[in-house]
Amino acid sequence: MNNFRYSRASDLADAIRLLAADPGAKLIAGGTNLIDLMKENVERPSRLIDISRLPLRDVEETADGGLRIGALVPNSDLAYHPLIEQRYPLLASAILAGASAQLRNMASVGGNLMQRTRCPYFYDTTTPCNKRSPGSGCSALDGLNRNHAILGTSNSCIATNPSDMSVALAALGALVHIARPSGQRTIALTDFHRLPEDKPHLDTNLGSGEIIIAIELPPHGFARNYSYLKIRDRLSYAFALVSVAAALDLEGNAIGEARLALGGVAHKPWRSLEAEAALRGQAATPDHFGRAADLLLQGATARSHNGFKIDLARRAVVRALMQAASATPQSQAHKKIA
Amino acid sequence: MADITIPERIPITLVVNGERRALEVVPWTTLLDALRDRLELTGTKKGCDHGQCGACTVLIDGRRVNSCLTLAVMKDGAEITTIEGLAKDGTLHPLQQAFIDHDAFQCGYCTPGQICSAAGLLAEGRARNADEIRELMSGNLCRCGAYPNIVAAIEQAMSRS
Repeated sequence: MNNFRYSRASDLADAIRLLAADPGAKLIAGGTNLIDLMKENVERPSRLIDISRLPLRDVEETADGGLRIGALVPNSDLAYHPLIEQRYPLLASAILAGASAQLRNMASVGGNLMQRTRCPYFYDTTTPCNKRSPGSGCSALDGLNRNHAILGTSNSCIATNPSDMSVALAALGALVHIARPSGQRTIALTDFHRLPEDKPHLDTNLGSGEIIIAIELPPHGFARNYSYLKIRDRLSYAFALVSVAAALDLEGNAIGEARLALGGVAHKPWRSLEAEAALRGQAATPDHFGRAADLLLQGATARSHNGFKIDLARRAVVRALMQAASATPQSQAHKKIA
Repeated sequence: MADITIPERIPITLVVNGERRALEVVPWTTLLDALRDRLELTGTKKGCDHGQCGACTVLIDGRRVNSCLTLAVMKDGAEITTIEGLAKDGTLHPLQQAFIDHDAFQCGYCTPGQICSAAGLLAEGRARNADEIRELMSGNLCRCGAYPNIVAAIEQAMSRS
C-alpha cells in the first residue's frame, strides 16, 4: 500500500468538504474492495476519508410504499432485513449469492455499487489496461478473456461489473440518491453504471465530489415469482460467469409485468426493455422465455475464450424464468438447480 | 521530487479479548497486522492477505470479518475477539472442543479463522443444516481439505448451543 493520509468525516457535509479539498482522496466505508486494490497498487489514494460512522444505516419505508436504504447498511444486514426478505426476496437472494459471510458483514450497500471489475489485467499493474491506465491498451481483448463481457463491449475494454446486488437492483428498478456540494440528485440504478465506450476508466456516472447516500426501491418487489440464478466455476464464493435476476407478475399462466437482468456479461447490469415487453401478455412457457432471452442477448459478441457465455446466458435466462414462474426460486444454500 | 506522505501516527484504543489496548498506528496498518505485530496476538493468521481465504477472520463487535481488509485506525474503540479470547477460565470454547472431537484440521493454519468464523455463524443463527453451514462458511478455505470434519464440528457446537 502507498502512504496516505486518513480523515474521519464527522458528518456528510464534512465528507463532501474533505472530498472537494483533495482530488486524490477516496471515500472508504467497508473497504473490502478498496483496501485489496490498494494492496495491489491499483488504487493509490492520497487520503482516505472514513465515512463508515456517518448515520446512513437506516432502512425506512417511503411514502409510496417503497424502501429507502442507507448507503452504509452492510450487505448482510440488508439481505437479512425482514422487509427485504418479505418484500424483495430477489434482492436478498442476489446479495447472499455474492462474496462470503465475512465480506458481506463488512461491505456497504454504497460500496457494493462502487466495486471495481475483477478483470485480472486490471489487477496486474505490469500489463496494459485502459481502465487502470487510460490509453495503455486492453490486454483482455486478445488475452485470457474467458470471464469477460459479451454485451456492450468496446475496443477499449471488455471488463464485467462483478456485483450481484446491482443485478437485482437493476431488475427491481432501484434509484440511487447522491449528495454533492450543491445539494442532492437521484438517478436510476440502470443509469448509474456506464458502458466502457472509449472511457473505461469511468465505471459509473458518479461525479468526483459526489457521495451515494441511499438506494431506493420502488413499492413492487415481485416477492412471489422471482429467482436469482448465478452460474460460476465453484458453487460458492466466486464471481458469476453469468447470473440472472428474473421477476414476473403472473395471473394464472399469463405474464403481466416482467423483469430480467443479467450479471457477469457486461460492464453494467444488463437489462432490455424490449425483452421484458416481449414477455408481457404471453403465457409463461419455455418458448416465450427463450424468445425473451434471444432479445436480451441481441448483439452479444464473443472473444476468443468466452463464446460459451452466450449459450450459457440463454439457458440461464430460460431456467431462471422457469424457476420464477413456478415460484421455486434458486436457493443460494442448496446448490441443485431445479 | 516524489510526493511522499510522512507517516502520521494515530492513537487508537482497541478492546481486544476484553482488555483495553492503546496503541499508535500509521493509517495503512491493517487490523491483522496490528493484532499480530503490535499486540503479539499471532493466533490470527495471515493467509492470502486479500480477503479470499478467511484465515484472518476475527469478530468485531460480535460480527465476523476479514481483519486483513480492515484498517486498524477505522476500528478505534471497537471490541475485537480473536482465537485467543474464545476460551473462558481455562475451558475451551465449545467450537474449539468440537474441532478437537471431530479432528477438524490437519495442518491447523486455517483453524483460528475457521473457529472465529463459525462463532460468528452461530451468533448469526442463519445456518440450520449442513448445506447452510457449508454455504455460510465458504469464506474460509482449508487447503488440507478437512471440510467434512469442520462441518461436523460446527454441527456439534450448533446442536449444543
